[in-house]
Amino acid sequence: MDFDFSDVQQSLQDSVKRFCEREYPFEKRQALLRTEAGFDRAHWATFAELGWLGAGLAEEVGGFGGGPIENAIILEQLARALVVAPFLSSAVIATQAIARLALPEQRDKLLSPLLDGTSIAALAHGETAQHAFAPDLAAKATKTKAGYRLDGRKVFVLGGQAADVFLVSARDGAGESLFAVPAHTPGVERVNYHAVDGRRVSDLTLRGVEVEASALIGAGGDAADAIDYALDYGVIGLCAEAVGAMDAALWITRDYLKTRKQFGVTLNTFQALQHRMADMLVETELARSMLYRGIAALALENVLERRRGVSAAKAQIGEAGFFVGAQAVQLHGGIGVTEEYIVGHYLKRLALVRGLFGSSDQHLARFAECAAGRNEEEAAGLRDFRPAPGLRRRRTRRR
Amino acid sequence: MEFDLSEADLAFRRDKRAWIRANLPADIAERGRRGFHATRSDVEIWTRLLNAQGWAAPAWPAEYGGTAWTPLQRYLFQLELRAAGAPVQDQSAMELVGPVLYTFGSDAQKRAYLPKILNAETFWCQGFSEPNAGSDLASLRTRAVLDGDCYVVTGQKTWTSDAQRADMMFALVRTDPEARPQAGISFLLIDMQAPGVRVRPIYTIDEGRSVNEVFLDDVRVPCKNLVGEANKGWSYAKFLLTNERAMSAETAHTRADLSSLKRFAAEKLADPLFAAKVSRLEIDLMALEYAVLRVISAEAAAQDAVASVLKLRGAELRQRVAELAVEALGAAGLAVNPDPTGHDATDHPAPRPPVPAYAHGWLARAMFRRATTIYGGSNEIQRNIIAKAVLGL
Repeated sequence: MDFDFSDVQQSLQDSVKRFCEREYPFEKRQALLRTEAGFDRAHWATFAELGWLGAGLAEEVGGFGGGPIENAIILEQLARALVVAPFLSSAVIATQAIARLALPEQRDKLLSPLLDGTSIAALAHGETAQHAFAPDLAAKATKTKAGYRLDGRKVFVLGGQAADVFLVSARDGAGESLFAVPAHTPGVERVNYHAVDGRRVSDLTLRGVEVEASALIGAGGDAADAIDYALDYGVIGLCAEAVGAMDAALWITRDYLKTRKQFGVTLNTFQALQHRMADMLVETELARSMLYRGIAALALENVLERRRGVSAAKAQIGEAGFFVGAQAVQLHGGIGVTEEYIVGHYLKRLALVRGLFGSSDQHLARFAECAAGRNEEEAAGLRDFRPAPGLRRRRTRRR
Repeated sequence: MEFDLSEADLAFRRDKRAWIRANLPADIAERGRRGFHATRSDVEIWTRLLNAQGWAAPAWPAEYGGTAWTPLQRYLFQLELRAAGAPVQDQSAMELVGPVLYTFGSDAQKRAYLPKILNAETFWCQGFSEPNAGSDLASLRTRAVLDGDCYVVTGQKTWTSDAQRADMMFALVRTDPEARPQAGISFLLIDMQAPGVRVRPIYTIDEGRSVNEVFLDDVRVPCKNLVGEANKGWSYAKFLLTNERAMSAETAHTRADLSSLKRFAAEKLADPLFAAKVSRLEIDLMALEYAVLRVISAEAAAQDAVASVLKLRGAELRQRVAELAVEALGAAGLAVNPDPTGHDATDHPAPRPPVPAYAHGWLARAMFRRATTIYGGSNEIQRNIIAKAVLGL
């Protein structure tokens, strides 16, 4: 066990930090968010150049040999600077879905344009505002002479506005399939809007969308597990964003308390405020610890154990993050609720983390479901931070 | 970064689990699993079995009878001990005074005391708190005055855990009343059989006895029982309290408690509202376990930030698991259920109620554990430490 960065990981973190300092000061960010795209495609080219888009992808599938730790390093730093770019949606979720599901002969064609930054992808899966896990899909794929016809509706497609290609899930006979659908395919109607933290999301309506047979990712009917896996990656990515936002909000608030004067003294002299800050630090450190546990869970081959660990992380970090964000605003007083000041924007990011991909209660319930029937005697203690003997790391997808 | 155990650590865990299962006497394990206070005789038997393997105090340096295990391996060993119901050893000796003695003690003190700690021949208690020196420990008033080759000690200690079974006390005493509070304190080793030492029980709200008042009236303590230098006792105490804080997450205990709760409360867990509370607790425990692992794996950045976090949250989780167990037991959780060994009973023992064996001890634990957020630096003190030392407020 080793909780220290390797040299390569350290330089990855340094490189993301440098980018954020140079390209993403808060004022510049606010101006960028007022543009229609809300995001700078030139930044994406930089991400590609610096190798971030493949940093979390195993070498066997064309990545640079990293994994969820590398993704977390990037996302934590991006969240500190409140970067709004479709990194989580394209470079983590869509990329992992393809890597998990695509047949070897499909993989390179699908992944290369994502890794070199020429194309941005978004997973279009959820169909109602309430869905959390494994929705009963209404979108359907009908076989045609040339390929497939897709019909359905998708909501809150993260990173949808910037996407060049949607990964659309649809019922295909008995199973679920995933299709790579270019965004400008006739019949795809996209309505863009802003999520709470400024991220651009979309609702999609697909009416008689004709795609070629080659749009099918995988063998057909087998996408459900890969989507579930990719969304677990997404959940842990969100948790990494939360830890970055919590840590940043904590220390900004600390600095504020040391400078803001009322009653003739700086606010840091009040014990009630000191103790609130201490509680915020407790939650931040435990959230970071839980993030590491969640990352470890992603490597588990046993699906129930993986989901259990991921849901534990989401339930814990989602609540802890909102607490820290809300208290950071509270300790700032009035300035905390203004748009011009940074701290409220951390709260917005943390609100998204808490609510997206399943609420805390939904994850708590999934945690309990996955735990049902576990051998507690065997699990006591150890399996809670490591796969038990027989559960090996899954490095590549078996086919 | 690597968040999994190595094969070597897994093998270590399997070996230790097998050894504990083969060697822990069944009656002792049963008492441990039921949550009885460990009797002195149980602790002696078990510590000596461990000592024969060289495992009585794994954290000590090998030259003083410890092991060369990594901090992670020591943690795995703790998990296995608690899961098996092994009695808790003499923590005051193993984890508190032992490290002070091998770090600051004289060669004669090391020779005299360390082997007897390892073999559970000498039991210890900690004489720090006083009636007017709790969280503000440096205001302690017990005096030690030099008289020939002895210190003459007079004062009162309180909240002294296990004084009723201890042979020796390590105590903080004031040797220079003129110096500022922290500067005039010395660290003395006091024989509990010495004339002038009187122990009075403090019965606690668990209807048990594990803490005491200790009165010291003109107790003559040989100067050779001074640890380190006179008036430097505060720095040794700080060293000791840091050790106390790091081990105080007590996650191995909470993990074992949670496992037994889930075993006996299987039916109650069908209630989704109750199950949600248990899940919530387990998730908080998972986060804390990884925080412990960050500290013991010596992630440099984690050390300072996390030690107080461990104490604070660890104490809260110990309370929550006991409260959930009481809730799961329903009315049986509200019945006073005295320790059937009679060990550590109060002076007004209650009759044994006709409740299932697994109900034993939970009410007492839930009550006693109100102290976990008070002792070893209350949670409010931990917040002060975090605010000052970590956040610089």
